[in-house]
Amino acid sequence: MLKVLKNLKKSWVAVLIIVILLCIQAWMDLSLPDYTSKIVNNGITQAVQNNDSGGTDYILHTGIEMLGIVLISITSAILITFLSSKVAAKLGKTLREKVFKKVLSFSRSELTEYSTASLITRSTNDVQQIQGLIAMMFRVLVYAPIMGVGAFIKVLTQSNNSMAWIIGVAILAILFIIGTLFIIAMPKFKKFQTLIDRINLVSREILTGLPVIRAFNKEKKEESRFEKANMDIRKTDTFISRIMSMMMPLLTFLMNSTMILIVWYGGQNVDQGILQVGDMMAFIQYTMQILISFLFISILSIMLPRAAVSANRIMQVLETEPSIKDKEQTKAFDQSKKGLVEFKNVSFRYPDADTEILEDINFTAEPGKTTAIIGSTGSGKSTIVNLIPRFYDATEGQILVDGVDIRDVSQKELRNIIGLVPQKGMLFSGTIESNIKYSNDSMSDEKMIEAAKIAQAEEFIEAKEEKYESSIAQSGNNVSGGQRQRLAIARAIAKDPEIYIFDDSFSALDLKTDRKLREELTKTTKNKTVIIVAQRISTILNADQIIVMDEGKIVGIGTHEQLMKDNETYKQIALSQLSEKELGGDV
Amino acid sequence: MPGPMKGKPVVKAKNFKKTAKKLVRNYLWEYKLRLLIVFIFAIGSTIFTIVGPKILGNATTEIFSGFMLKVSGIGGIDFWKIASILLTLLSLYIVSVVFSIIQGFTMTSVVQRLTYNLRNELAQKINKLPMNYFDKKNNGEVLSVITNDIDTLSMNLNQSVTQIITSICTIIGIIVMMFTISWEMTLISLIIVPVAGFIVGFVAKRSQKYFKMQQDYLAKVNGQVEEVYGGLNIVKAFNNEEKTIEKFEKENNKLYKSAWKAQFLSGLIHPILNFVSNIGYVGVAVVGGYFAIQGKITVGNIQSFIQYNKQFMQPIEQVAQISSMLQSMIAAAERIFEFLEEPEEPKTLNGITDTSNIKGNVEFNHVKFGYSEDKIVINDFSANIKEGQKIAIVGPTGAGKTTMVKLLMRFYDVLDGEIKVDGNNIKDFDRGALRKMFGMVLQDTWLFGGTVQDNIRYGKEDATEDEIIRAAKAAHVHHFIKTLPKGYKSILNEESSNISAGQKQLLTIARVILADPKVLILDEATSSIDTRTEQQIQDAMDNLMKGRTSFIIAHRLSTIKNADLILVMNHGDIVEQGTHEELLAKEGFYADLYNSQFEDCNDEIDM
Repeated sequence: MLKVLKNLKKSWVAVLIIVILLCIQAWMDLSLPDYTSKIVNNGITQAVQNNDSGGTDYILHTGIEMLGIVLISITSAILITFLSSKVAAKLGKTLREKVFKKVLSFSRSELTEYSTASLITRSTNDVQQIQGLIAMMFRVLVYAPIMGVGAFIKVLTQSNNSMAWIIGVAILAILFIIGTLFIIAMPKFKKFQTLIDRINLVSREILTGLPVIRAFNKEKKEESRFEKANMDIRKTDTFISRIMSMMMPLLTFLMNSTMILIVWYGGQNVDQGILQVGDMMAFIQYTMQILISFLFISILSIMLPRAAVSANRIMQVLETEPSIKDKEQTKAFDQSKKGLVEFKNVSFRYPDADTEILEDINFTAEPGKTTAIIGSTGSGKSTIVNLIPRFYDATEGQILVDGVDIRDVSQKELRNIIGLVPQKGMLFSGTIESNIKYSNDSMSDEKMIEAAKIAQAEEFIEAKEEKYESSIAQSGNNVSGGQRQRLAIARAIAKDPEIYIFDDSFSALDLKTDRKLREELTKTTKNKTVIIVAQRISTILNADQIIVMDEGKIVGIGTHEQLMKDNETYKQIALSQLSEKELGGDV
Repeated sequence: MPGPMKGKPVVKAKNFKKTAKKLVRNYLWEYKLRLLIVFIFAIGSTIFTIVGPKILGNATTEIFSGFMLKVSGIGGIDFWKIASILLTLLSLYIVSVVFSIIQGFTMTSVVQRLTYNLRNELAQKINKLPMNYFDKKNNGEVLSVITNDIDTLSMNLNQSVTQIITSICTIIGIIVMMFTISWEMTLISLIIVPVAGFIVGFVAKRSQKYFKMQQDYLAKVNGQVEEVYGGLNIVKAFNNEEKTIEKFEKENNKLYKSAWKAQFLSGLIHPILNFVSNIGYVGVAVVGGYFAIQGKITVGNIQSFIQYNKQFMQPIEQVAQISSMLQSMIAAAERIFEFLEEPEEPKTLNGITDTSNIKGNVEFNHVKFGYSEDKIVINDFSANIKEGQKIAIVGPTGAGKTTMVKLLMRFYDVLDGEIKVDGNNIKDFDRGALRKMFGMVLQDTWLFGGTVQDNIRYGKEDATEDEIIRAAKAAHVHHFIKTLPKGYKSILNEESSNISAGQKQLLTIARVILADPKVLILDEATSSIDTRTEQQIQDAMDNLMKGRTSFIIAHRLSTIKNADLILVMNHGDIVEQGTHEELLAKEGFYADLYNSQFEDCNDEIDM
């Protein structure tokens, strides 16, 4: 929590002014009872005693002074609100920006560690939480103690403070009531949270399992499961709500009793002549101020842990060092080995995993040739291509691009020469144009159209009313999966890279388009290094070399014919997709 | 002091009155007795609290006049009288606190019962809705009704009902009390109220505007964050970090500007009310002082008045909050009612429930179907399937291969024509009985949090352990279950993430084997599962299909070729039907699809 607050440093002037203004406001608000006291003690008492009419003038005069005080108070209140809103919003902005930048520097390992969903909540909801708290903090959390302390000073500097103990007793009583209620309710609060999770889970299960539930005619069973979870919530929630509903009445009662106590003892003090009636009235008001301050602090301190959780979640992200960084001195690529990708004894495992995802991978992908990687899910084929642009770093061995270890060149340079087409054809909101020109804003339109043509995307783009200006929604959700993949391919082609990586990028295309696209692509990628990860055997039949993966290891490298002859894993995959006849009949 | 949520934008209900009426008539009315108790005790408790300051003021007056007498030397403070005043007051406060606790307890029970019943109603409603409802709505929306909307309703109902009663009582009570002291001073206190109301209304309206803006920009920033985090690989692969940050900063800055304005304006309400209250305070002190000198009122009256003046602002501030609370409460109730009022799946009365003699002949008779009237996907489909036959449904991804399945199970109803099972129109069956005839294995496996055994038993509630093990063996999953730490008693966690996709599939197959259905509907595994498991699943499915009519959503050539009937689907429509040979001979879409997949391969074979 404190670490997050350190981000307020930049606004320290504003914070200082806020605190000063808060003090002024508190003092002003506390002075009002003084004036009432004066009116009673000096104005009324004198007038009644001496029958003199000077009292009225005195009261009027005091009234004008009071108005002045009220004006100062509202002015500072408005200024405080203004400044604290700005400070809070600024903090929110800064935190959002910091988290966002940090996440952009993360590699895949950090991303998996936190999960994307969690990072999103941390950047948005959690920051929002803090922002809300800070805005409140000045007006309530900082103000209440200032007010409390001010009132204490007022009480202590009064000519007579023999009743100060009443305040102490009252504070203890407040703390006792709130504390007891919370000790009773806290365990139930925690339980309530898990019960809410539980009912959410049951609801989600019912919703996702709808076809199954109906197919097995199990509606009643699911309903009773829900009812049970619901009953648990009802019981716990009733208990908590009842405890909480007792809090305000009890506290009000406590404050009222305090007043009764003050009047009783105050009366005796007045009788003994050590206290004036006006002072007693002022004392009542100070005491109320102090008690209310304590009340707010204790209620807020219960809210604080929630904000502290958010703060911790944000700090966690900010304090995470990205595992992949550029070296201080980076090397340049070897121009004579342009386009060469070499894997030398590469192994990889996730930080906390026991098993290797990749084990001792060795192969070379040459320019002008197509290297295909095939294998069942979980065999590690996508991981291989994720290592090339350094989304992860290999745990052992080295990967060379253009003859240089990729850890020695800058990430920027490395990624500059790679054209990646991801599995799901991830697009960004904007237009078709902004997506194809993603690698370079100033790309010529001809180049963009050319890329779209090769990617077989021209047809559907031209069919759209706004052609290349057609808008693309968040993550490309307004175009079909196949169109998304084609645009993603166009985006990579437009970049004109040395090395093409297709990570299962043809899966959403129908077979005809798939074929046509690959034909066109072959022309463009003639002198380039092409690495294709595929599920469909038909996609890779013509590759120069096919790498067969199984459980993280390479179990065979060769052409289709070679592998069909001597590789069992490859044969199995092929047979499951194509009949023997189609594969030549004699295998 | 301002509450944390004040001024947050309110989603307004479309029809406030209608929904409010419904809420009262259909739900709250049931608790009229309890609500009456709430009313009586809330009013009682408020009245007792309000009388307090005046009585306390009397005690002060007693002290003051006693003191005056003492100064004049003709008497002193009458402590007996003060003690009796204070004791009366104390008992009033005790009654008040007891009353308000009774009120709180009763209200809680009303709200809890109501939300409990509503939640159950919602869960039952899910099971009564036709499947196509869930095509239009995603699960998140429905979940949000069950959780968020119910929460909002329950929280706001509890607070708003209590607050409406107490606030109104307090305002009226305080005005009455003030008038009993001095009407002139009351007018001074009241004159400021409309002024305050006007200023607050003005500011609140402005702040709503900025809150709306803030919400919009927040949504934009959230969208950007989601997109960028989701596609971080691409951002990095294309070296686009700087541009992305630039774009983010632009939106973030807009968010900042609207955020502080919204915060500022909504934050003003409290100081303004405080100011108004303070002005009132000054007025009361000055005029009160003047009147006290004139002997019109007592010193204790001033004290009471100051307290009333302070208490007065609180309910006014609350009234402003209550209106937004009511708004969001009714909006939530509206969404809940909307969901509850969705048209349900028509019930089949006196439908056929005994399916023990069904053999599994399925007949499609001029079936016409579309997800909406203007988008017909199946125009005129007829087919006669004999028991034990195998029907393959093929087509490119997204061709609507599951449509046939949905029609068979009556998740949807045909628009025209009929589907018969053993000569009986499926509409004549009891829905539950009809669905029980079919066994379904889909690629989206569904298991619930519970033991392995419970999940298999889902197919047949009264199955013995022996039967379960036999089913698991037939599904080739027995061995795997044995390797789990607790065997059949192992618990599958929330997302069933402790077992692999393939094993999940095998468990659902075991479930169907145990259910022993007449007709099977299978979605073949695609290559997303490793080869060995894939083989196991295939074997298990083959076991399952023996002697049963089976509909298979096919991905595999072997299935297609052996099928008694192949339905070829494209763009949601059945474009061709026949056996493998017939279709190849036709040289239509199927032949095209089939050949294009293997052309490369055939080329090579020719070489």
